[in-house]
Amino acid sequence: MAPVFEYAPAPESRAVVDLAPSYGLFIDGEFTESAGGDLVKTVSPATEEVLAEYTRGTAEDVDRAVRAARKAFETWSALPGAERAKYLFRIARVIQERSRELAVLETLDNGKPIRETRDADLPLVAAHFFYYAGWADKLGHAGFGPDPRPLGVAGQVIPWNFPLLMLAWKIAPALAAGNTVVLKPAETTPLSALFFADICRQAGLPRGVVNIVTGDGATGAALVAHPDVDKVAFTGSTAVGKEIARTVAGTAKKLTLELGGKGANIVFDDAPVDQAVEGIVNGIFFNQGQVCCAGSRLLVQESVHDEVLDALKRRLSTLRLGDPLDKNTDIGAINSAEQLARITALADQGEAEGAERWSPSCELPSSGYWFAPTVFTGVTQAHTIARDEIFGPVLSVLTFRTPDEAVAKANNTPYGLSAGIWTEKGSRMLAVAGRLRAGVIWSNTFNKFDPTSPFGGYKESGFGREGGRHGLEAYLDV
Amino acid sequence: MPDAGPAPARGLTRPVPLRGLYSRYARRYARLVTMPTTAPAPGSTASAPGLADVTASDSTLRLFLHGLPGVDAVGLEARAAALGTRSIKTTAKAYALDLAISMVDLTTLEGADTPGKVRALGAKAVRPDPADRATPSTAAVCVYPDMVPAAKEAVAGSGVKVASVATAFPAGRASLAVKLADVREAVAAGADEVDMVIDRGAFLAGRYLKVYEEITAVKEACGTDARLKVIFETGELSTYDNIRRASWLGMLAGADFIKTSTGKVAVNATPANTLLMLEAVRDFRAATGVQVGVKPAGGIRTAKDAVKFLVLVNETAGADWLDNHWFRFGASSLLNDLLMQRQKLATGRYSGPDYVTVD
Amino acid sequence: MSERLSVLKTYKLYVGGKFPRSESGRVYEVTTRTSAADAAGKGAWLANAPLASRKDARDAVVAARKAFGGWSGATAYNRGQVLYRVAEMLEGRRAQFAREVAAAEGLPKSRAAEQVDAAIDRWVWYAGWTDKIAQVLGGANPVAGPYFNLSSPEPTGVVAVLAPQESSLLGLVSVVAPVIATGNTAVVVASERSPLPALSLAEVLATSDVPGGVVNLLSGRTAEIAPALAAHQDVNAIDLAGADPALAKELEVAAADNLKRVLRPHPVDDWTATPGLDRMTPFLETKTVWHPTGALGVSGSSY
Repeated sequence: MAPVFEYAPAPESRAVVDLAPSYGLFIDGEFTESAGGDLVKTVSPATEEVLAEYTRGTAEDVDRAVRAARKAFETWSALPGAERAKYLFRIARVIQERSRELAVLETLDNGKPIRETRDADLPLVAAHFFYYAGWADKLGHAGFGPDPRPLGVAGQVIPWNFPLLMLAWKIAPALAAGNTVVLKPAETTPLSALFFADICRQAGLPRGVVNIVTGDGATGAALVAHPDVDKVAFTGSTAVGKEIARTVAGTAKKLTLELGGKGANIVFDDAPVDQAVEGIVNGIFFNQGQVCCAGSRLLVQESVHDEVLDALKRRLSTLRLGDPLDKNTDIGAINSAEQLARITALADQGEAEGAERWSPSCELPSSGYWFAPTVFTGVTQAHTIARDEIFGPVLSVLTFRTPDEAVAKANNTPYGLSAGIWTEKGSRMLAVAGRLRAGVIWSNTFNKFDPTSPFGGYKESGFGREGGRHGLEAYLDV
Repeated sequence: MPDAGPAPARGLTRPVPLRGLYSRYARRYARLVTMPTTAPAPGSTASAPGLADVTASDSTLRLFLHGLPGVDAVGLEARAAALGTRSIKTTAKAYALDLAISMVDLTTLEGADTPGKVRALGAKAVRPDPADRATPSTAAVCVYPDMVPAAKEAVAGSGVKVASVATAFPAGRASLAVKLADVREAVAAGADEVDMVIDRGAFLAGRYLKVYEEITAVKEACGTDARLKVIFETGELSTYDNIRRASWLGMLAGADFIKTSTGKVAVNATPANTLLMLEAVRDFRAATGVQVGVKPAGGIRTAKDAVKFLVLVNETAGADWLDNHWFRFGASSLLNDLLMQRQKLATGRYSGPDYVTVD
Repeated sequence: MSERLSVLKTYKLYVGGKFPRSESGRVYEVTTRTSAADAAGKGAWLANAPLASRKDARDAVVAARKAFGGWSGATAYNRGQVLYRVAEMLEGRRAQFAREVAAAEGLPKSRAAEQVDAAIDRWVWYAGWTDKIAQVLGGANPVAGPYFNLSSPEPTGVVAVLAPQESSLLGLVSVVAPVIATGNTAVVVASERSPLPALSLAEVLATSDVPGGVVNLLSGRTAEIAPALAAHQDVNAIDLAGADPALAKELEVAAADNLKRVLRPHPVDDWTATPGLDRMTPFLETKTVWHPTGALGVSGSSY
């Protein structure tokens, strides 16, 4: 037996990130103190180390931010598109320049592996600003009439799973279209948005165009309900999304919602098996499964169930879980104690309901929030873990016999965000893709994102699209 | 059971039941062929236990090879690229560099090769870094058949193997008789390993049984002492599906190693085609119990790349292949870069080309 | 010689391609609309229209869901042909509809005829859209990787439509045609006060190759039927054109329960104006499909 090829620790240096002990709110171009909001600690989910303190913004703070954004809107929307474009190009460039720093920061605050922040999050963040920068002076060609107008002040509430990327998805199209924004980052991951404020400073963005109000659910609710907000964009849970939809009912606020999912990843018997296994792994273990479009339900054709599961388990035993800053880490920490508790409870329920639980042997660090990659086999449509979004590294495996059955099972959910299809038969891929009720279909691939590609859900996964030409519609008065 | 050609000695006395991913292909063939129910006698025709019948005829072989799972090129290349981002540092790097050195088939395959050149190469293979005796020897030197005697002499007593290319390398465009004569000459001269090329023309024309029979004939000519490496010239096979089929074809025919390329065409070893072949040997062992080695050759020039290939091995086929009995690099200039990196690691200074030997 | 006594029509609901009475057995009195009568509070009796119940709404949703697969799966060309057929059928009954619209909306004959003509033309307009909307709204996206990436609009599903209260035919057609042109199926609540042109339109639809269940028409109290539709978990979207602001808000809140796509009411001064895409896009989902392309050969990888 050959000696084992042990990878020595390869930690990314955190010296590139200079954290202040505490942060105020970024309103009207400067960091300001809150009117009465207290300071909250944000911790590294991998170690529970306190990284910094940030401000819990109050309704009063939100109002101040909205007023700043309203004031800035007059001049920002009146700027020639070409000028707005140049600001966005500048932001994109500064993000590229500071991408190492931001990747490390994001990994610290979120717990996701540096491999992902470095190779996925940050490149996509920069690409998103580049893409929408180019739209700013071409809005008349976007298919919304010759001179589409911005909406005004956008109130944006983003989640903790891709903090900076979700910021980019929200802010880039809003600014390109001529809106100004008040953005509330997630409670557990406020830091990259606060660093983005500094990027706005370096880019010379006019004051008030981007305002960052950190805080919790109450802060977000105040923003969504603010009467002078013209547009609400939210990415997060379906439950909160419904509450927001009720809040804006009867107003003139335009609303887009990017919510939960329970994506089906369908593997046919003629799939390119090795790539399918990679796709399954990427589908549910990317970002510890804390992805709204995760392929959390594996629908595998019964005739190849055992083969695919064997290959999958073999592959999972090579996943490396641990220090997110280590460049060889595949699986990082769960973002918060709260999320870990939810994942744990749902996985326990899966077991209690009779599904068979499996995890590769892997040692979990003693501090921080960790959950081993987990596969449930013998899952049926009736199991809770086949229906509820777990938002963690937990895969539920179901079987099907025919393409019809696969489609029926895939669609049998209130969600409709993503789905995967694995087959080497082109006509079957197209037929199945045509019948799946989901906004993003990945065939022979999974979890691919691009600023030019519209993203968003059917049914209870929300409405509106982010990305591409379609993503402009949410920020234009059309 | 139809005769499937001469059999290599495998040391396996009974067929291993098909298992894992490839059992379904066997199921697919159950209607066409009879699965072996008894142990083949030593020297019988069962080259790959449990899969012998797929080589019973041209049509069964074709059905089997075309029934292998397809390869999605983008996904395969993405996986290879992702593994290439592993960061191998300090102790892991030291281990990997030494392992890589020990896996090099130090190669010279030039029209201008001379006994003198081959002797120098042999000396280098035995003691790659004269300044550091702890440096491992390479696995082998790889030469043309007529250079085998010179190579044997150069590495005598060292444990370094002599590999000879054969079968009208690199094109393979010769009659079987000529190819076999080529092999016999190399073996007679003492070659420990034979690196044959397959008939790509026959493969691309769909004449899989011809390719198969040629490999089994060469295998027979190798006898029990010389290990057989089968070169597919992946750059000419052109598609990943073909490479997967060729890999299985080679393994079914008794290859001890499957090897990417000759180094003589535009596209040689790549991360993706090597990854694919590693998947093939992994799956073949799962299906038959027989372990086959992999040799990427041509185009791997830096230590950094070589270490990435070792990551491919480690995370695809697994630790069982992290040994020069099962994995080789067909290379020449790679060795010096490995040595320079090794010196850097030992001394903390960057080395330079004047501190390694030029051959 | 005495004048011939005309044969009156019993107006019925239109659900799943059939013409049932309300399961509740209820009717309500529909009267002519004239300014004088308005002033007096009551016009002349026209018909006893079915007073649809929530159960009728439920049945209509079931019919619409059942029809969705076939209608959304039909070719866009076929849907265009069917919509054009509706225009043809309506053209043949211009006089009848002019009479009904005149009575329903209190319009002079000529104005009513204009409304009918505009309604016919609207069907033609949307018939032409069925096989173009995907080209206008969808397309290939140049992603930065070896992938083919295509976005296409798809119908959202079952759409509840509260038809405008004032414009009994043209307004109705203007909100129903875009919904079905894009492949959705519809449960339509007709103008409460003036439902008869809508109920007659059902007869046109039934004879125009529109598959049963694609359009379902209910008459009755908007405020009674609409909440059931807004809260229905198997309805994907709701057009609030016929709701007043208070009702619209209430319905939008109810619609949030399953995140229906909501088209809020906007005042429309002139239904004859050529519509844009505004009534189609709210009921379309964008589906984006990725597929690897890759290279033809094996040369596409290196370290």
